[in-house]
Amino acid sequence: MNAALPVTHLEALRAQFPILGSSAYGKPLVYLDNAATTQKPHSVIQAIEHYYLHTNSNVHRGAHYLGDLATAALEGAREKVAAFLNASREEIIWTRGTTEGINLVAHSFGGSYLKAGDEVLISSLEHHANIVPWQQVCRRAGATLRVLPLADDASLDTSRLDEFITERTRIVAVVHVSNALGVINPIDEIIRRARAVGAAVLIDAAQSVAHFPVDVQQLDCDFLVFSGHKLFGPTGIGVLYGRQTLLDAMPPYQTGGEMIETVSFETSTWNQLPYKFEAGTPHIAGAVGLGAALDWLTTQDRNALLAHENDLRDYVTERARAFPGLRIIGDTPSKVATLSFLLDGTHPNDVGTLLDQQGVAVRTGHHCTMPLMNLLGVPGTIRASFAPYNSRDDIDRLFAALEKAARFL
Amino acid sequence: MTTLDLDNIELGRTITADDVVDALSFFDDWEQRYEYIIDLGRQLPAFPEEMKDDARIVRGCQSQVWLETGFDDASGELRLAVDSDALIVRGLAAIVLAALNRKPPQAVVAYDMEGYFDSIDLLKHLSPTRGNGVRAMVKRIQDEARRRASAA
Repeated sequence: MNAALPVTHLEALRAQFPILGSSAYGKPLVYLDNAATTQKPHSVIQAIEHYYLHTNSNVHRGAHYLGDLATAALEGAREKVAAFLNASREEIIWTRGTTEGINLVAHSFGGSYLKAGDEVLISSLEHHANIVPWQQVCRRAGATLRVLPLADDASLDTSRLDEFITERTRIVAVVHVSNALGVINPIDEIIRRARAVGAAVLIDAAQSVAHFPVDVQQLDCDFLVFSGHKLFGPTGIGVLYGRQTLLDAMPPYQTGGEMIETVSFETSTWNQLPYKFEAGTPHIAGAVGLGAALDWLTTQDRNALLAHENDLRDYVTERARAFPGLRIIGDTPSKVATLSFLLDGTHPNDVGTLLDQQGVAVRTGHHCTMPLMNLLGVPGTIRASFAPYNSRDDIDRLFAALEKAARFL
Repeated sequence: MTTLDLDNIELGRTITADDVVDALSFFDDWEQRYEYIIDLGRQLPAFPEEMKDDARIVRGCQSQVWLETGFDDASGELRLAVDSDALIVRGLAAIVLAALNRKPPQAVVAYDMEGYFDSIDLLKHLSPTRGNGVRAMVKRIQDEARRRASAA
């Protein structure tokens, strides 16, 4: 079987990501930790440099020439995000990342509307960032946090949705693609069921937006969050999409400058959307970098990139199944190109250290999903996660390094 | 009941910090270094399951370490034993014990750990971000030594 992306295209694609030419301990780097953060194309790095060289100023003051340029850059990036998700610009709130987006919704929306006896539903596949904020607001409100269980193959057990989405359910917060296992969840069905009982739905799209198009109108979700740095953009910038009617009704999360309309010592009134949720000076350079990342991604042939990633997923799965003593964790058909696994009789941390010595960057441990690891009965896993710039050659290097590691342990 | 013999741990007795520094400076490729580190870890006796309890655990993000400390009144020296669920972490723990086991508490407190780690180029494994519990283990040994030293 041939890789779906022609070799010359893949080489040209890789050449746009300068860091991929680095070495680790004198060996060429094989970067397979893309679920933790993706690398950045030249165009993103240049956009950030250009911003600080030619545009840097504070925004929304209309004070001077540079201020207008910076405001246009920030708001231009917001328009790009709105187009990327098929939302309107008022519905795009800048955050520091996925975690802050979830906290904003949990505390502002959940904190205002949850009451004793209500239920919030999450799934067994959630990252700590989509568990802990809900635990906190549920505890405060006297609401119950429920967890949709796993089926035998580590996908979500949708056959039990009736039990878990009821008239008591107020909020359903679910991950689109599992960071630990790469499993793609059936969120269309979950959203449909949630809306049927009038529950609000938050989608954690941190691990999906880099892999395939996500359209909030089509999904019909109420909130969707992601991080720039897992989408070829910089760290420290993220996005919360919120349905405008809900955002309008929600109280501010943080207060201070920028998010106000008028302030006296006695009281204040709030600015309009999206600024109501953006207290303080935003991460302007980060937003500009994220805008450049979206420009980069949306000008690629996304169908070809997805076909290539699916080819990598199938190839790494085939190699994994043939590797002696290797156990795939989350071996289910609907997955992105992420392989989570264990080697019999070895500790994931040892395997990860020995792969690292050979220039192969993977992640080991619980992947911020300790409850999931407990459910699966494993101490953690070794995770190789792929981006479109990875190749079958990277997978061959991974398995050559694994063979060597297995001989040590 | 403990079935661990704290008096017969080779690290710090027949295998000293100087031995570790000499050996690691001799190897020129990573494979030999890691084979040596893993073998050192195998010199440490495994803890019986009932000793792997909350009082002895040093939690890391990725792997667990269990530490037993004791004191030999006759010699005035600390006695240390360590176990881990990961082989390389056991090896790193053995490297720490080569330097600190069977030393008087004052000598443990005064020991230049940073200089030792530096000389064997293992700092990157021991950085807090690696989260393997080795750094936390060193701190707990030093705290115990400080407690013993001030009690003496």
